[in-house]
Amino acid sequence: MTDRRTTIKLVLAAAAAMPALRARANYNDNLEPGASPPGNLRQFEPTMRGYGPDPDLIKAYERGAFWPLTMNAQQRQLAAALSDLIIPADEHSPAASAVGVVDFLDEWISAPYPQQREDRDTVLQGFTWLDGEARHRFEQPFAKLHEAKQRTICDPICNASRAPTDLQRPAQFFATYRNLTAAGFYTTLAGRKDLQYIGNVALTHFDGPPVELLKKLGLA
Amino acid sequence: MPFVTASNQRGSYDVIIVGSGAGGGQAAYTLCMEGVRVLMLEAGRQYTPASESPMFQTPDMAPLGGADTPDKNKGFYDGTVDGGWDVPGEPYVSLPDKWGSHFTWWRARMLGGRTNHWGRISLRNGPYDFKPRSRDGLGFDWPITYDDVAPYYDKVEMLIGVYGGETSLENTPAGPGGTLLPPPKPIVSDYLLMKYAPRFDIPVLPGRRAVLTRAQDHRTVPGKLHPGNTRAQKILAEAMRKRSPCLWATPCGRGCAVAANYQSTTVHLPPALATGNLDIITNAMVYEVTVGKNGRANGVRFVDATTGRHEHATARVVVLGASACESARILLNSKSSQFPNGLGNSSGLVGRYVLDTVGSSVSGQIPLLESLPPLNEDAADGLQVYVPWWLYKQQLAHKLPFPRGYHIEYGGGRGMPSVGTFSGFEWLTGGSYGKKFKEDARRYYGSFIGFDGRGAMVPNDNCYVDIDPNVKDRFGIPVLRFHWQWGEYEQRQAVHMQETFGAVIEAMGGRVRSPVVTDPVKAIAPGGYMIHEVGGTIMGAEARSSVTNRWSQTWDVPNLFVADGGVFPYNADKNPTLTIMALSWRMSDHILDRMRRREV
Repeated sequence: MTDRRTTIKLVLAAAAAMPALRARANYNDNLEPGASPPGNLRQFEPTMRGYGPDPDLIKAYERGAFWPLTMNAQQRQLAAALSDLIIPADEHSPAASAVGVVDFLDEWISAPYPQQREDRDTVLQGFTWLDGEARHRFEQPFAKLHEAKQRTICDPICNASRAPTDLQRPAQFFATYRNLTAAGFYTTLAGRKDLQYIGNVALTHFDGPPVELLKKLGLA
Repeated sequence: MPFVTASNQRGSYDVIIVGSGAGGGQAAYTLCMEGVRVLMLEAGRQYTPASESPMFQTPDMAPLGGADTPDKNKGFYDGTVDGGWDVPGEPYVSLPDKWGSHFTWWRARMLGGRTNHWGRISLRNGPYDFKPRSRDGLGFDWPITYDDVAPYYDKVEMLIGVYGGETSLENTPAGPGGTLLPPPKPIVSDYLLMKYAPRFDIPVLPGRRAVLTRAQDHRTVPGKLHPGNTRAQKILAEAMRKRSPCLWATPCGRGCAVAANYQSTTVHLPPALATGNLDIITNAMVYEVTVGKNGRANGVRFVDATTGRHEHATARVVVLGASACESARILLNSKSSQFPNGLGNSSGLVGRYVLDTVGSSVSGQIPLLESLPPLNEDAADGLQVYVPWWLYKQQLAHKLPFPRGYHIEYGGGRGMPSVGTFSGFEWLTGGSYGKKFKEDARRYYGSFIGFDGRGAMVPNDNCYVDIDPNVKDRFGIPVLRFHWQWGEYEQRQAVHMQETFGAVIEAMGGRVRSPVVTDPVKAIAPGGYMIHEVGGTIMGAEARSSVTNRWSQTWDVPNLFVADGGVFPYNADKNPTLTIMALSWRMSDHILDRMRRREV
């Protein structure tokens, strides 16, 4: 089985190989030539059933359609609190938990694939740390704390490059969790609207940007 | 009935074609339109883009938001089914087992093969690309010239529909006019490139992709492609009328239900089937070309993947279009007392000189593109513009440390947000969360651009496939073993990409996402990642130094042909698919000539 770094490299490289060009990560961003390559014998042996290489691509799936969701009630409360701390409601869009991000996260960390299993460990260990910290400092679970107290815990771990050495693991957890929360949120209709994405509709012709905009940008 | 099974195939055929992708699809089209009875064998399942393409599905409808997984390596909605870097039950071996010298092999076990998800980038090889050794003394010349292939580029472009623009740039040919569809309008980030590239003397041209920017001309094109053949003209005109122009939405890689882009399954196979001359057996895993006592091919053996039974199909001519490495595998596994080293292998070169494309990428963020007003920039799904190689003269004067060039596939825009859009965002946000994070997302969304260099590879002795002595697939067929090592030229070329892209991004006022990579070993993507592998049955002027001749015909077996990228003795920077189709059409015309002369 490939390790996580290799998986990331494969995934990013695969993205880089697609000529359908969109803003996205660069495979070189994570390329570490000294790292271990994929196994000598290239054969994927799933340890548990995923959706397989030929799923129905047309139907819309409920979260957990292919594998059971696994978070317990306490974990879901914590997940909702942390997701909403990262993506709260504002004048543009609702909070993350209001548009199904907890279910997205639950499906993600319950999935049988190597990347998701790795993220499962990161997230669940992070939950334990977060709740432990909340109880230790404020004698309440994280989900019950007011935002100011939640921020007291999260501010030191919100940027891994600035986090102190003893908080590196929580900081890695926070980065992963923010990535997943953003992934869940911005792939919903509410997230697309928040960003003012207006594509994915059939057009009879494509006119390009308005000249006035190009002029304003100095590109006309 | 066009889709048949092993048990109800129609006796013997004129031609068996192994594989249904670009090479096999084109051969079936050309041959069937001229009345040849063809049996096509496809290892994967039947696949119907009209009903199976998830065109407007949004990521929230997919498990994991559509993320890449080991089951679907390019995301849930990628058009590839039963394929990817690993196919269950069909392993391969990559040696030596260390980073930088392993090879990964993308396969698609489905009707139409890899044409269902490819990027549709359709660049012609130029005159230099067919005679590279004559120009700089390295590698091999093709036994044919650009002028030999140009009429077939014209025909393929008209048949499949390719958008693009005129050009007079060196070694960057376009047809005589009228073969290309109009290019799409650029998007904002494209205009940014058009403004800054000239400062580096870098040209920007309209992109070229197999996407219908308007309806095909079904009144005049069929007559140009099939002069004197009114039935073929009628069938093609009907097929062209059934294709819709681009809807300016949804990624081409998901497949196109309205046939607005090229896939073998929507463009080559429907008219070929409409002739009544094409039978297709899916789930037919071919492993051997059989040979009669006269030394000529008389058919193929295959495993019916649905029953597990071994079957035999017969024909006067056999065409391999299974993909470069898979066709080499079939030949190497076709051992007999007459051909103890495999078929077509008297030169010992079957499997040798496998080539891929050099790949290296740099992405960046551009303040000018922040907080733009809402714009629909789905456009043509990328490559509205591109950069052809521009330093031929410097190379000829030996002013660059690498002999062959690359083109740039550039992109940006306000595409549909995906699970990865805001991953690793801290390099811009400093780790924001809360309302600030949402503000940052709005600010930076659409302000990212990416440069992908795609470069030529000089053939080398270290890149080849052979048969692993131990490992077999689930059908009991011996599997391929890959050997791979980039040359120094390719590594230096990748560094040039990195430095160039970084400089342009900075000139645009942007920031590169991570520092440009100047270590030659680290700058280049591993072998196979670009999914452009060609070679392995290379064509040449002499039987001792090549596997196939100028007609893609094996030197050793006159009624055995190769229709896929295996015949490439050199992989220019141009994406190979258009050339595969042009050569397959040319090969098919040659087969027709020989059939008419009763030579096969």
